[in-house]
Amino acid sequence: MNELQTILSDSVNGLLAERVTKTLVQKAEEGEFPAALWNEAEANGLTRVLVPEADGGAGGTWADAAIVLKAAGEHVAPLPLADALLANWFLATAGIEVPEGVTTLLDGDFTLDGGKLSGEASRVSFGRNARYGVAIAKGVVVLVSLDGAEIEHGINVAREPRDRVVLRGAAATAKKAPLPANAMRLYGALIRACQMAGALGYLSSQSVAYANERTQFGKPIGKFQAIQQQLAVLSTQAAACGVITDHACAQADKRGHDAVFEIAAAKIRVDDASSIATSIAHQVHGAIGFTYEHGLHFATRRLWSWRAEFGAGREWAEELGRETIAAGAGALWPRVTAR
Amino acid sequence: MQPFRFDLCELPGETEGLREEIRAFLAEELPRIPKATRAQTWSGSDAAFSRKMGAKGWIGMTWPKQYGGHERSFFDRYVMLEEMLAAGAPVGAHWIGDRQSGPLLLRFGTEEQRRKILPRVAKGECYFCIGMSEPDSGSDLAATRTRADKVDGGYKVNGTKLWTSGAHTAHYMIGLFRTNLDPQNKHAGLTQFLVDLKNTDGITIRPIKDLAGNAHFNEVVFQDAFVPDGMMVGTEGGGWGQVTAELAFERSGPERYLSSFLLMVEMIRELEKRGGAEGACEIGRLVAHLVTLRQMSLSVAGMLEKGENPALEASVVKDLGAIFEQDMPVRAHELLGIEPMVGEGSDYEQVLGYLTQTVPSFSLRGGTREILRGIIARGLGLR
Ligand SMILES: Cc1cc2nc3c(=O)[nH]c(=O)nc-3n(C[C@H](O)[C@H](O)[C@H](O)COP(=O)(O)OP(=O)(O)OC[C@H]3O[C@@H](n4cnc5c(N)ncnc54)[C@H](O)[C@@H]3O)c2cc1C
Repeated sequence: MNELQTILSDSVNGLLAERVTKTLVQKAEEGEFPAALWNEAEANGLTRVLVPEADGGAGGTWADAAIVLKAAGEHVAPLPLADALLANWFLATAGIEVPEGVTTLLDGDFTLDGGKLSGEASRVSFGRNARYGVAIAKGVVVLVSLDGAEIEHGINVAREPRDRVVLRGAAATAKKAPLPANAMRLYGALIRACQMAGALGYLSSQSVAYANERTQFGKPIGKFQAIQQQLAVLSTQAAACGVITDHACAQADKRGHDAVFEIAAAKIRVDDASSIATSIAHQVHGAIGFTYEHGLHFATRRLWSWRAEFGAGREWAEELGRETIAAGAGALWPRVTAR
Repeated sequence: MQPFRFDLCELPGETEGLREEIRAFLAEELPRIPKATRAQTWSGSDAAFSRKMGAKGWIGMTWPKQYGGHERSFFDRYVMLEEMLAAGAPVGAHWIGDRQSGPLLLRFGTEEQRRKILPRVAKGECYFCIGMSEPDSGSDLAATRTRADKVDGGYKVNGTKLWTSGAHTAHYMIGLFRTNLDPQNKHAGLTQFLVDLKNTDGITIRPIKDLAGNAHFNEVVFQDAFVPDGMMVGTEGGGWGQVTAELAFERSGPERYLSSFLLMVEMIRELEKRGGAEGACEIGRLVAHLVTLRQMSLSVAGMLEKGENPALEASVVKDLGAIFEQDMPVRAHELLGIEPMVGEGSDYEQVLGYLTQTVPSFSLRGGTREILRGIIARGLGLR
């Protein structure tokens, strides 16, 4: 880790470890947005990692952002930290000033007409809590205030707000940006994959810790070989996801917008891992992990939601597979090693 | 906190020239070899091919020049390995010497052993096999029974080694023998020896056919075989520690996830013929896993280059890699439903025929799945 990364890691992990308590997450699930925590995260610059220093950000890379994204997943922070981090990057890329306050992504169908934005997005992360939304309409990045927006509440299975946001001619700041047509889905997949890698790391360490505590038949269940073998599998899955998301971020830094290959691979890999890992984590925890009282599900329910967002693994696999087959059998290895 | 560390490792740009050179070499050499043979990759033995690789300087790449090595980086060696494996080059003859026994001798061998043997290994002329397993000592390696009893000028060896890959073609075995019979001290009584398989009386090598009918591993019986003092490797009683270090090398390479790569390529070729989107999702998933494993494997190579000990990380990659390799014929069957064939049929059918029968060994050889997961569990602090 370089200096910025150490600072970011200390800052985000310190803040979230202390403040994201079980009570806070439960309250968030009941509808109480942790505004104070958001303010602190924002004040610490956690949502502006990808914004240039000249524009008030950290001027960081995707490799730096990965630290914040993974921490957000690991600590199950009930905030749109990841979404805001990406939204602010879109804004910065377009040269639009990044506003203060909760900002989220509007992943939907929008048209810009005479500086006014119309359209709707059906599953907006923390839409009801956001002051601003960022959409991309035909290569143009658009910042809108959500003050007058029509918002219909919805949730995902992790009870995170996923709201329908409808805009009818909302006043907008819009600028063309050098982003690919699929920027929202592509980088959306990257931020979710990183959050998922963080959550998978949590499942692994939490399950190991539990296996060392819980005693049955006179010894910690972690002493049973059957449990050890399962935890070994869980930990290798988490390790694989840590690597592929780091790789995707590194390639996003290196290749500009040409890291589709790695981002797709990351989303597919974490999706596969999340099925295996959630199953093992729950098995090891027994009935207590199946209760609302125990916090394990904060991570597992997020994984079950996030793996379908911004393209489920199977969608990305379909794309990656089509390309691979079309390029031909002989092209696979050169492609893999060229990256 | 995870106990493993997988830092990203990017191959330095200067390895690219080597990669091109190797690809050009393989484009010349491989077309004459049938795909089903190539599917054997590092289990396929071809002495002429090994000598050509030796002449190119691609064996013992990282070893000191004074022992016939080429003092190149671990990254160069990594590129060489992955190119050979991905193309299905028959690298089996020299594989164990290059990967494992050479480095062992560099670390623990005597000056004489190194000078006499390593240059020939690097030329692709001298091959090794590993004598660890026995009839009653598989996963429980410390249960080794084969005895080396001290006699004048050396040791007298009695016992049986089993599953010894390549013993029938190898010049030397690195044998793990019991030099101390104290049952209280199973680990401390083990010692490694270099055994000259071509010039020692009292050694009988009997090939064992595997389920596919190939004779690739052997039973090696020692009856009063004399091994001179100068052939001990490392210290008497130090065998256990040395073997553990050796296994880190044995488990760390790209061969632990690329053994079924040829089938993946042939699957894509079949789907290519069919056109359309058939199988896209399955292939996409395999690509994602392939890319992930390569990054993990590279990360281990990066640790080796830095002189760190990636034993735990290597176990993680080998465990995940074996799942990937073993899954390949299953995926192929689910996707295409074509019968595997032996000796006749298309490239796809024959590669499938070979690998369908071979993949069960991938989670046995080099440490079973359960043993690896036990090592990982220890790393997690559970044991
Ligand atoms: C193709 C091939 C090539 C080989 N080449 C060589 C070679 O060149 N040199 C050499 O020395 N050996 C070689 N081996 C042997 C290999 O190292 C052994 O097969 C391996 O160590 C397992 O030993 P085993 O076969 O006796 O199985 P066992 O140890 O009897 O294991 C059988 C099953 O029991 C499980 N098991 C055993 N102990 C435990 C435990 N404590 N906890 C949980 N499960 C356990 C194993 O995981 C496995 O599933 C080769 C094997 C194969 C298949």
